[in-house]
Amino acid sequence: MGKPNDLVQGTLDLLILKTILLEPMHGWAIGKRIQQMSGEVLQVQQGSLYPALHRLEQQGWIKAKWAESETGRQAKFYALTGAGRKQLEAETANWNRLSAAIDLIVAEV
Amino acid sequence: MRWLAQLRMRMLMLFGRGSAVARLNEELHDHLERQIEEYIVAGMNAEEARYAALRVFGNPALLREQARCTWSWNWLESLLRDVRYGVRTLIRAPGFATIAILVMALGIGANVAMFTIVRSILLKPLPFAEPNQLVMVYERGVVDDADSQFNVVTGGMFTEWKKQNKTFQDIGLAGAGGSEFNLSGAGGQLPEKLHGVNCTWNLLPLLGVKPALGRGFTADDDQLSANGTVLLTWGLWKRRFGGDAGIVNQTVHINTRAYTVIGVLPAGFIYPEDPAVQLLTPVYHDKPADRMDSLGNHQFEVMGRLRPGVTAEQATADLALIARRLHDAHLDNPLIGKAAVARPLLEDMVVDARRPLYVLFAATGCVLLIACLNVANLLVARGAARRKEQAIRMALGGGRLRLLRENLMESLLLAFAGGVGGIVLAWAAIEWLAKTRPDLSRVEAVHIDGAAVAFTLGLIVLCALFAGAIGSMVSRDNRLLASLQESSRAASAGQGRVRLRKGLLAVEVGLTVVLLVCAGLLLKSYERLQSSDMGCVTHNVLTMRIGLFGRRYNDRAEKVNFFSELLTRVRALPGVEGAGFVQAAPGQGYWGDGPFEIVEHPPQPVGQMQLAIYRWADPGYFAAMGIPILRGRSIDTGKRLDGADESVISKSFADRHLPGEDPIGKHLRVDGHVLTIVGVVGDTRYAPSEDPRPMEYLPLYSGFPNNGTLVLRSSHDVEQQALPVQRIVQSMDRDLPVSDVMTMEQLLGKSTMDASFDATLLAVFAGLSLLLAAVGLFGVLSYIVAQRTSEIGIRIALGAQREQVLRKVLLDGLRPALLGLVLGLAASVGAAKEIASMLYGTQALDPGVFGGVSIALLMVAAAACLVPAWRASRLDPMRALRTE
Repeated sequence: MGKPNDLVQGTLDLLILKTILLEPMHGWAIGKRIQQMSGEVLQVQQGSLYPALHRLEQQGWIKAKWAESETGRQAKFYALTGAGRKQLEAETANWNRLSAAIDLIVAEV
Repeated sequence: MRWLAQLRMRMLMLFGRGSAVARLNEELHDHLERQIEEYIVAGMNAEEARYAALRVFGNPALLREQARCTWSWNWLESLLRDVRYGVRTLIRAPGFATIAILVMALGIGANVAMFTIVRSILLKPLPFAEPNQLVMVYERGVVDDADSQFNVVTGGMFTEWKKQNKTFQDIGLAGAGGSEFNLSGAGGQLPEKLHGVNCTWNLLPLLGVKPALGRGFTADDDQLSANGTVLLTWGLWKRRFGGDAGIVNQTVHINTRAYTVIGVLPAGFIYPEDPAVQLLTPVYHDKPADRMDSLGNHQFEVMGRLRPGVTAEQATADLALIARRLHDAHLDNPLIGKAAVARPLLEDMVVDARRPLYVLFAATGCVLLIACLNVANLLVARGAARRKEQAIRMALGGGRLRLLRENLMESLLLAFAGGVGGIVLAWAAIEWLAKTRPDLSRVEAVHIDGAAVAFTLGLIVLCALFAGAIGSMVSRDNRLLASLQESSRAASAGQGRVRLRKGLLAVEVGLTVVLLVCAGLLLKSYERLQSSDMGCVTHNVLTMRIGLFGRRYNDRAEKVNFFSELLTRVRALPGVEGAGFVQAAPGQGYWGDGPFEIVEHPPQPVGQMQLAIYRWADPGYFAAMGIPILRGRSIDTGKRLDGADESVISKSFADRHLPGEDPIGKHLRVDGHVLTIVGVVGDTRYAPSEDPRPMEYLPLYSGFPNNGTLVLRSSHDVEQQALPVQRIVQSMDRDLPVSDVMTMEQLLGKSTMDASFDATLLAVFAGLSLLLAAVGLFGVLSYIVAQRTSEIGIRIALGAQREQVLRKVLLDGLRPALLGLVLGLAASVGAAKEIASMLYGTQALDPGVFGGVSIALLMVAAAACLVPAWRASRLDPMRALRTE
């Protein structure tokens, strides 16, 4: 498996926060949603997804709740906290600035 | 609110870690299930779907680890795991662990104890206000002699200094070295002789000490016409007066004069120059005016508080100028110092203790280094034994860092256990020191405190890093496969490892040699000191101090009567072979000297004089102490009071001041009295470590002196005579206490205690290191032999002589010992020069000590190597080869 689809360092956090902005989700669904939304371009490895989720939880951006999922099994649902919402805004702004800057350079060529 | 969420997470992670782990497993399991379901929906059968999902999912264990890495407290968890592994591996090798911990405990304990002692005695500030402003002042250059660099001060000089100085806030004076006071109660309480000090009224305010009870001295108390006043120390107040606050304003009798107790000093107060001082009285009240104004009577200590920002050097210059002016104004008086010197009070108090303490500290440092080297050596040996295990773990993907961390954790655990044991040892050692050495300046300030604990922790970490780093240096080698192969075959193992261990051993042996040499030198010096010829009989001789105080003895005739009756009655006791009375017996110290003139010689030029130690002695003293009368006779017993005009001089006095002349019949003028020299006696020493000095004996029966030492000699069990003699004294005057009752041997033992203490401690340290070095040698050689079992087996099977094998292995072990010996001897030369000033009658490079140490070390090393070497030579080749 090649590496071109690997996420830019640090953007995974942004994607996760954005994904669960509307509703709480469990890990599997978050991975799937990112994949779908990006038109199958971005594939999140489990080896990245779960450490990232746990890190965000430790930092207090997101909180987890166990609830019954659509399969009838207990699953861990992640939701944004108030602080996470602010963090999402900050990271979004940051990303816009960054991508705009990169665009400028790339468009020049 | 984010911090609240974080805190909640932290608590959850700390206390709910077990369920967090379960949840994580569930979460990952759920993910896997969903993946499988997805594949089944996509058309795979259950089996295929499962395998495919697992492939995509990756290593679940690794995934779990990665997620856990983000959790808080992860460091704590892995630390605890390391500790658990470490404890487990150590428990599996109890012998190794016990030895290593003991060795560490000894090394750390000795260092913590010495650190505490050095810090408390040499470095901790004195318990006075602004202690760095306090200085001790001396006169300098009274006699042109190296000994008079720090001369006690005269009252006259002090008066000038106090008047004229520009560098002191205040300057006070006290009787030098404290004095003996005879304290007796009003109501027939037992008399008691104790240390006290006369001081100027301003001395305590100058030090910043306020009485805990009552008031301090005032200027009015400190004059001849005032009523007697006394301050008690807390200890005396508690002990003798039961801590009764009513004692203030009560009257006690000191030297039979009435004194009013005006106050009690606080519990923590200890008089700086003499910790035994128990009471203080004003000096200008106690001493006659002529003594306080004298420019020749050197008997006071002067302490001062410098003005802020003034250094001891500036104060020295200031006072020296005043002294010089005073000296120049009285050129006819040779007893006035030409200069002055001020040095910090703390430095003054500990100047004698400094070098020995630092030497002992250095020695304990060596012991710790040796202990660490030994533990490192043991760790290297264990590393070798676990090489295969480590290689396998590495092959399975165990991180190198992780293995290193485990190694370090192991040595940290050893060091920690050793440190805990060490601090207990240090505590015990300090308790012991306080009991055995109450004479040591500031010993009462020595306690294990926070700094000592911090020092212990520092040592633990240092030792752990040192031993652990050396121990794991060898696990760094990269030839994984090679070490797997090597340890599976019984070929000779890693030469690098063996070389490292031999190097460590050489260092260890070298340090041991240094310690042995220093201990040897000090022991020899102590032995010299003990066998130094005092010039008199020292066996079965009893000494005790007696002083005549009270109005009754203002009459000289009363004193003469007392002494002569006492001596007559003591000599009549059964078993007493001789008795005498002298101001100070040999070994009791310098006491005093004074100027004299020989009447037959031309007078000394103005401003110059001759000085000699003088001793008041009764005529029977020489016979009692077995001091030989070389010429003439002793003083005539019949000549008393003003008729006592005879004197005896020592041999060195005659040699120095009357060379080539017949001293008998010559006359001495001492303090205005003319005495005829009637005899020459053998030299005696005032201290075991000092060469005999010229001494003149003045007649006791002139009735001038009022105190001294009673000496008596008996054929056997002289100590049994103490009680009868005390009874005689009591029957003659029940207010007279007898003090310092001890045999001559005890007295000399006390004066050589320093030397014996230093030598004994250093010898213990050296012995300890020798033992450690021997254990190290034995361990390394045993290891080498074990590693080479099959090689030696093959050699023997092929016909090697057992003697050859023995010699080869023995030499193999002795080589590092020899290298260490050479290094150690070279280092010892430097160390011996450092301690040269602590030696008596012993050369720093004493060939006997150096030779003896070399031989002893080689013998111990040979003995340590012999067992493994002999075992190697006795190998049964068949069995050795089969071990493969």
